Amino acid sequence: MAEQSRDSWQPSPIAVQRTAFRRRRARRSVALAIISTVVVIAVLAVLLVNAPGWPRLRSTFFDVGYGWQVLPEIAAGLWLNLRLMVVCEILILVLALGVALIRSLRGPVFFPLRAAATVYVDIFRGLPLILVLLLLGFGMPSLRLDWIPSSALFWGCASLVLVYGAYVAEVLRAGINSVHPSQRAASRSLGLSHAKTMRFVVVPQAFRRVLPALMNDLVSLQKDTGLISILGVVYDAVLVAKINTAQSFNYTPYVVAGLLFVFVTVPMTRLTDWVAQRQGWIGGGGAV
Amino acid sequence: MNTSGPGLLELVGVRKSYGDNVVLHDLSFSVEEHQCVALIGASGSGKSTLLRCVNLLEIVDDGVITLEGRDITDPVVSDLHADEVRARIGMVFQSFNLFPHLSVLDNITLAPRRVHGIAKAQAEREALAMLKRVGLADKASARPDDLSGGQQQRVAIARALVNKPVLMLFDEVTSALDPELVGEVLALLTQLKNDGMTMLVATHEMAFAREVADRVVFLESGAIVEAGSPEQVLGNPQDPRTQRFLRRVAPPPV
Repeated sequence: MAEQSRDSWQPSPIAVQRTAFRRRRARRSVALAIISTVVVIAVLAVLLVNAPGWPRLRSTFFDVGYGWQVLPEIAAGLWLNLRLMVVCEILILVLALGVALIRSLRGPVFFPLRAAATVYVDIFRGLPLILVLLLLGFGMPSLRLDWIPSSALFWGCASLVLVYGAYVAEVLRAGINSVHPSQRAASRSLGLSHAKTMRFVVVPQAFRRVLPALMNDLVSLQKDTGLISILGVVYDAVLVAKINTAQSFNYTPYVVAGLLFVFVTVPMTRLTDWVAQRQGWIGGGGAV
Repeated sequence: MNTSGPGLLELVGVRKSYGDNVVLHDLSFSVEEHQCVALIGASGSGKSTLLRCVNLLEIVDDGVITLEGRDITDPVVSDLHADEVRARIGMVFQSFNLFPHLSVLDNITLAPRRVHGIAKAQAEREALAMLKRVGLADKASARPDDLSGGQQQRVAIARALVNKPVLMLFDEVTSALDPELVGEVLALLTQLKNDGMTMLVATHEMAFAREVADRVVFLESGAIVEAGSPEQVLGNPQDPRTQRFLRRVAPPPV
């Protein structure tokens, strides 16, 4: 009986009216949005093109022919950035997880370890990445110790890993702390040790919770691999662009490198949004 | 009270405080093998803390706790491993505390595999048998969030039982359930009692305490006010504090 009445539902006149009103409003909003976007872009374009220095700016930053010419070389440099990012990200996660786990250890026995982890995080979160790069990249090789690597690539990676490791450790620690203590109690009550509780119960849940934040750091790391170029011998996209610019006095290679970085990070950002949405970080608020 | 020899679980003079707040005062009682003891008392009377102390999730300030004749009060001092003691005691919590990232089956096999070193195939066989026992054989691959509260609590009970504990602790296991789901969990507890499990049950379900428990212990402000058979404590309470509490939770018919 109830099934039947549900199947034969006809919207009442008031529902029809409401739907029609909503549709009219939606059409008007879309039209308004399109018109305002077009107007803003047109105004900006007119302002830009009519600026006194526009022809000069166009030829020094947006020289399309020259851009195509340097593209393959810069793209080859970008390939190095991508490989750097993957290697560094793996090392960062390992380091950060270790530091986060040490910082969440309890008991006086672990005080020295905890203190060391805290000092590490405090220092490397406070230091600007560019300073760490200079200190390690130029400082360590100048010690002239033959048992430490002198390659700029090595010390560039080490700087990224140390600085990002400190950030990611804090993200992971926040995730670990966000797992409710009752989960630990349940795990311990089953006889699992602290280490096994962390491994099988706490860290897997913590990781899922902070995944969007971790991916955000990954996007940021991807760009920051370009900073290694200040050490001068790692031929990544930014350094290749710099060399080309220095030869031609034309900044188009920088724009090309910038566009390439954006093309690579945009999919990562969308992926992050998607993951966040799936976990209910965004939306889920119903009609509001 | 202690007629049939030393209990499986014995508490003598147990005291626990958090700072200035003394939660358990000089508490002594025992649970004998195959017995079901119901702990009753208002919220904050110390029932949960008592269970947590038995399971070594908290360490008591004073007194002695023995399990199967072994002093487990402070595992560091008595050279026992707290994890080994906990592995012999099953605990079920008010808020289920299932692991949300694991399937029902993985929740149940976690301790057998990672603590007791049982091979995956065998652990899963035993887990499935246990799920059948609690009436959830078809939910093995479900996630905890997809189950009702009563089903989650039955999974939590299965997760504890699969480790073959010598003692089960139940911490107000029906308090977070909708009224119509309480019955299925209490029926399972009754079945366990009939199978001979030794149980210490903190509960607000007076009917359950009356019908299933062998002994009832009434706590107020962390001290035992009255203890004895359900007929004595619930039917004919002597202490005015017990009478007052029972009037509050189950007003007499007008």
